[in-house]
Amino acid sequence: MTLAPSSRVQLTEDGKLRHFLTTEHLPRSLLEDILDTAASFVDVGGRSIKKVPLLRGKTVVNLFFESSTRTRSTFELAAQRLSADVLNLDIAKSATSKGETLLDTLRNLEAMAADMFVVRHQDSGAPFFIANEVTPNVAVINAGDGRHAHPTQAMLDMYTIRHYKGGFEGLKVAIVGDILHSRVARSQVHALNTLGAEEVRLIGPKTLLPVDAEALGATVFTDMAHGLKDVDVVIMLRLQKERMDSALLPSEGEFFRLYGLNNEKLQYAKEDAIVMHPGPINRGVEIASEVADGPRSVILNQVTFGIAVRMAVMSMAISGQDSAPAGGAHGS
Amino acid sequence: MAAKAHILIRKGRVIDPATGRDEVADLLIENGRLTRIGASLDAPGADIIEADGHWVLPGLVDACVHLSLPGSGRTGDIASETRAAAAGGITHMAAQPDCGPVDSTAVVRLIREQAGQAGFARILPIAAMTQGLKGEQLAEMATLAKAGCIAVGNAGGKVADALVLKRCLEYAATFDMPVMFRPQDAALSAGGCAHEGPVATRLGLPGIPALAESVDLSRDLLLVEATGVRAHFQQISSRESLRLLRAAKKRGLPVTADVSIQHLLLDESALEGFNSHCHVIPPLRSSEDREALLEAVADGTIDAICSQHTPIGSSSKAAPFPATKPGMAGVDTLLSLVLGLVDEGKLDLARALDAITAAPARCLGIQAGQLETGRPASLCVLDAAAEKDYGENWLSAGSNSPWRRSVLKGSVKLTVCQGKVSWLTD
Repeated sequence: MTLAPSSRVQLTEDGKLRHFLTTEHLPRSLLEDILDTAASFVDVGGRSIKKVPLLRGKTVVNLFFESSTRTRSTFELAAQRLSADVLNLDIAKSATSKGETLLDTLRNLEAMAADMFVVRHQDSGAPFFIANEVTPNVAVINAGDGRHAHPTQAMLDMYTIRHYKGGFEGLKVAIVGDILHSRVARSQVHALNTLGAEEVRLIGPKTLLPVDAEALGATVFTDMAHGLKDVDVVIMLRLQKERMDSALLPSEGEFFRLYGLNNEKLQYAKEDAIVMHPGPINRGVEIASEVADGPRSVILNQVTFGIAVRMAVMSMAISGQDSAPAGGAHGS
Repeated sequence: MAAKAHILIRKGRVIDPATGRDEVADLLIENGRLTRIGASLDAPGADIIEADGHWVLPGLVDACVHLSLPGSGRTGDIASETRAAAAGGITHMAAQPDCGPVDSTAVVRLIREQAGQAGFARILPIAAMTQGLKGEQLAEMATLAKAGCIAVGNAGGKVADALVLKRCLEYAATFDMPVMFRPQDAALSAGGCAHEGPVATRLGLPGIPALAESVDLSRDLLLVEATGVRAHFQQISSRESLRLLRAAKKRGLPVTADVSIQHLLLDESALEGFNSHCHVIPPLRSSEDREALLEAVADGTIDAICSQHTPIGSSSKAAPFPATKPGMAGVDTLLSLVLGLVDEGKLDLARALDAITAAPARCLGIQAGQLETGRPASLCVLDAAAEKDYGENWLSAGSNSPWRRSVLKGSVKLTVCQGKVSWLTD
């Protein structure tokens, strides 16, 4: 096993995307490519025939080891709009629970001549393991791994920010809530820094901030008044109910009082600040309805852009994978 | 392997850290006993080993290995792993009680029988301190000592209840049995698989803070002081722990400590790319911790360097990082890696060799790790300059090591374990 930096795994030798595992260490030009390509797909959703033939004849397998209806549906829709054949596997309920190892499951699927795996897994690093060691010639798209990364979600958030703010130069962006467990936050921080945002802030109580959070490339705040001051974008994270059970927080009520986004706290941010949330939202826990449904909220538009961004990433990875010489752990 | 009647090892550089000897000399082994060390020895009829340009060292004592018994979840068997150890110059290895577990004389007998039949290295079993390593009821420590256990410990299984732990220590002290501690607070480390620090934060890996070790260690030290038991702390990994150990030793407590070789060579950055070969417990910590551990070995705060050998089958490492089994196979490369630290100037030769021979023997309370005449010979002959290609010469059944395909300096030519040749290259 070699210590491959994340960028080397994800890119072909001439710098094209072949797997999309994390936003970390990818060049700015590539992230911008994803956004530009996505822009060209946004229109597809508005047409009467919503398909382009870029992935015709390709098989995309959605491998969800953690159940997720929303993310899986957007990937499915994205693949269908690219004219791919789609196979949905809810692994949580199938083979691995019968004792088959992840490795065996993947080998079997590879034998079915899959061209792309869209992977969600509860363990950080699982898509890296698959791309590195199991099926290097099948494009792997990370649809969320443990606490590590959720790069397509981050890129659709980048698309949303660029759409409303025109670009990233000079932007201050605050990410609020359960940073510790958030793969979305990690991927957002890397993407924002690469795309040239001026400052990324993480806001939360110390129990929900990872140790050395600054190492992600962000400034850390524990209160909303300072953290939200003069920011252009506020990204609220979903708070899982089980955080109360593990002594990370005393109650939803106290969390909402201190970190929940309402109109009053939104005053700290710039007047034209937008409010985002990867969803699904907990009204009255991390965000008040007055904000979620208010004029600054762009939450529903995020969902629309999500399909276009996923189409962009999928088409780019398939094309990169097709151009790469066969090789890797067991080249076919 | 057949015991040769007499062996004369000629003109080697004999280094014996226990006595400070470092000189070119001959050694004579007669009927398995080391009888003479001196210049120009003559022994008609003895097998001659020309060691000119080579080093002659006491057989290495490895203070921590995890045995491969059926049901332990590890690969290989006692024969395969002790042979790998012999090829690495190791003659004595203390085995953690987490196979079996070692809480009955039957298991101790099984280990001793298998080790005896293989004949490659002496295995010194550590007895479970509590039944089933559950941390609840005392194991039959005195009976297990009589069966051949050299110490008691609870491996990774914690004794959460301070009263139970205190009684374990009092009972062990009754029979003057050393107690092996592996400090790691269960609650603070629950669910973790990597050092809680910047790398784990970026990779999204659940962390084990350094505090998990030092919190547990501080409790252990207070109980050791109160009960007067002899204590050895295994696999120390953090700076805070070193501060506590220094203070304890300064107060004159009967405590010793070891570190595993991988914690002296690697830090958290080795996890980049989710390299599951670097999934070990305690986790690889910061580069500052690593530097502090090296200093602690140099100044003697840490007495011994061990392999923490844990051979794991490839299928248990072929999974996403958090789902892999922790552990590294280490007996093949322990000596070469320690010598590498000497070459880098991190340790001086005498201290480095002491840390893998006489010092661990002292920690374990056994007579080994030095070149004593009149006793069964345990030694090795090393070509310190030769390069060994582990890609072709790896012997452990566990391939789980980042050095599995490395070329490292130092090749053991001959190992003699308790008078018998356990390893010999042509």
